[in-house]
Amino acid sequence: MLSIHNLHASIEGKKILNGINLEVKAGEVHAIMGPNGSGKSTLASILAGREEFEVTEGSVDFTGKDLLELSPEDRAREGVFLAFQYPVEIPGVSTINFLKTAINQIREYKGEKPLDAGTFLKTMKEKMKLVEIDQSLLNRSLNEGFSGGEKKRNEIFQMAMLEPRLAILDETDSGLDIDALRIVANGVNKLKNPDNAIILVTHYQRLLDYIVPDHVHVLYKGRIVKSGGKELALELEEKGYDWIKTEQAEIA
Amino acid sequence: MSKNDNSILEEITSSEYKYGFETIIETDNAPKGLSEDTIRFISNKKNEPEWMLEWRLKAYRQWLTMKNPLWANVSYPQIDFQDIIYYSAPKQKKKVNSLDEIDPELRKTFEKLGISLDEQKRLSGVAVDAVIDSVSVVTTFKTKLAELGIIFCSMSEAVHEHPELVRKYMGSVVPVNDNYFAALNSAVFSDGSFCYIPKGVRCPMELSTYFRINTAGTGQFERTLIVADEGSYVSYLEGCTAPMRDENQLHAAVVEIVAHDHAEVKYSTVQNWYPGDKEGKGGIYNFVTKRGICSGAYSKISWTQVETGSAITWKYPSVILKGDHSVGEFYSVAVTNNRQQADTGTKMIHIGKHTRSRIVSKGISAGKSQNSYRGLVQVFKRAEQARNFSQCDSLLMGDQCGAHTFPYIEVNNPSAQIEHEATTSKIGEDQLFYCNQRGIDTESAVALIVNGYAKEVLNQLPMEFAVEAQKLLAVSLEGSVG
Ligand SMILES: Nc1ncnc2c1ncn2[C@@H]1O[C@H](COP(=O)(O)OP(=O)(O)OP(=O)(O)O)[C@@H](O)[C@H]1O
Ligand SMILES: [Mg+2]
Repeated sequence: MLSIHNLHASIEGKKILNGINLEVKAGEVHAIMGPNGSGKSTLASILAGREEFEVTEGSVDFTGKDLLELSPEDRAREGVFLAFQYPVEIPGVSTINFLKTAINQIREYKGEKPLDAGTFLKTMKEKMKLVEIDQSLLNRSLNEGFSGGEKKRNEIFQMAMLEPRLAILDETDSGLDIDALRIVANGVNKLKNPDNAIILVTHYQRLLDYIVPDHVHVLYKGRIVKSGGKELALELEEKGYDWIKTEQAEIA
Repeated sequence: MSKNDNSILEEITSSEYKYGFETIIETDNAPKGLSEDTIRFISNKKNEPEWMLEWRLKAYRQWLTMKNPLWANVSYPQIDFQDIIYYSAPKQKKKVNSLDEIDPELRKTFEKLGISLDEQKRLSGVAVDAVIDSVSVVTTFKTKLAELGIIFCSMSEAVHEHPELVRKYMGSVVPVNDNYFAALNSAVFSDGSFCYIPKGVRCPMELSTYFRINTAGTGQFERTLIVADEGSYVSYLEGCTAPMRDENQLHAAVVEIVAHDHAEVKYSTVQNWYPGDKEGKGGIYNFVTKRGICSGAYSKISWTQVETGSAITWKYPSVILKGDHSVGEFYSVAVTNNRQQADTGTKMIHIGKHTRSRIVSKGISAGKSQNSYRGLVQVFKRAEQARNFSQCDSLLMGDQCGAHTFPYIEVNNPSAQIEHEATTSKIGEDQLFYCNQRGIDTESAVALIVNGYAKEVLNQLPMEFAVEAQKLLAVSLEGSVG
């Protein structure tokens, strides 16, 4: 579904990604871990189409399309979803209104008719249950005055509504209390199916207790320096990143 | 409102000023230029009584002694008042008695503008007075309103049919010599709407006036007078458009509102005069005086305006809070793009005790435009316990436009409570990217964000107008980001 080949990127002349290779198949869950500042959010942003970053080398194929050629909105319409590490506030625009606009633009792109109000409402109620989110929150201005946890939960609600083929969750677990973490993780698990894929960016094993990854990757200084199964995350939890850093220093 | 959001967003993909067509219609014009003869010509055309002519001439003589005001934060070449046609009327064969007799060209014009003149279409529930150039061409729903004792007609008709009301109230809120453009209007006004709501009557439908400048070289000088008697209520809407022309055309209107004890008047405007092209060529000079007086206790006047058009806007809908416990409100969204200039705001004059006012102004500047808020909150000595809350926000798009606020506060009673808040913001890259990431293109994202920003004001508008206004905001700002 997603195949990243030798991806290099920089911002303002500063190199951040140094040759990422990653293969994600439909039905898989990948976890990306790594120390602060290693480039995890940058990778997520580049996949979503953030223009500040300059891709200097490499390619990204998404379901047979050259992802880097598409505008950010077309990537979204093709099914790429990013749950932001820091969701943005939009005053005066409710989540409901926002999502309705989004869904209908996606439908228009696919040559489908706008969703009628009834169907929209019905879907919304279903998905609200899935992530146990309250309608009062959805009527409020998007993310404005939301608590950290509410913002994250709202991101997953949006994901549920948009049903993306590829969901990238950037530290969705941080800021969630224990109950919320379980609810959000359960929500994600229910959305998981053989046709979609999930990339989880996280620092902690506890999320991976709920959403079990098929592959775990360690990103360090803009490169994936280690990949493994779910046990790699446990090893990192136990030993930290020092051993990886030492390993890398030795290679260099 | 949100139900219609998406259809709106779909529609906005094609831009440009869509009301820029001209109706080819025979007109009856006054010769160019301004003199006592012009005024006699207008008065004569309208077959006016002597007192009306005298009133006009007095205003004209006052105007001659006055000077064009220069304090506003706008700049434009001197207006040549001798180069304007002061009276232009679509030629009607005879007086129209029913809608079927209206010139088909005119009917088509209104259809293009999306205005229903058809009394059968009761669904729309809006009574319309339509003014083309200098005269009112049709007023709908008259009989139904008359059953309730409501008078809703053109100003010309009111001068003939209800002279006692016109003489009593016209000029009582905006005196003839109030300002340069008001004096000019008083001298040459050609038509407009008149509305009287009797005691205790709640007007069951929105009353609406639709203004259109059609003929080249004409100025439009209409006058609207709304009188709400004790305990009555009316919601009034005003819309305006003009063809695209390279020249600047002058629109100098006067609106007066009187609210007696316990009466309430809501006045909403969606102003969409032609703004000129990208380089600032052409467009309407919109120099308007709007003022209401809460003359009775517990009365209320609210102004809501969505200003997207005109090359230059100079306009300060105000409320004189004379009656104790009276309330004045001003809700405004003013958009400027390209080379547009707007200097707009309000005055809240607190005279009575326990009077309250609320000002919510949302400026949006894009392109190379200049957008100024100018407001005065004045509390008289006897205005015990007066309250004012003002919120003035500016949203900037790009870095070549300007936003300015000039709030003036004069308080002469220590018990007054005045609150003023102001913010300036920009549409952030982060916000746009967030929308893009959900599949929303940048143009629609801007529309969404701007409508969110202006929501508090748009919510004040009646439903049909709110939808129209949302579209307008989107269209006015097209191409201003990215
Ligand atoms: N706009 C920017 N300008 C300059 N440097 C940037 C910019 N965005 C990111 N960087 C830098 O790129 C590097 C990678 O940042 P990124 O946010 O991708 O890290 P991360 O792995 O997500 O870290 P964290 O775990 O703390 O979220 C950091 O050194 C960061 O300072
Ligand atoms: Mg990060």
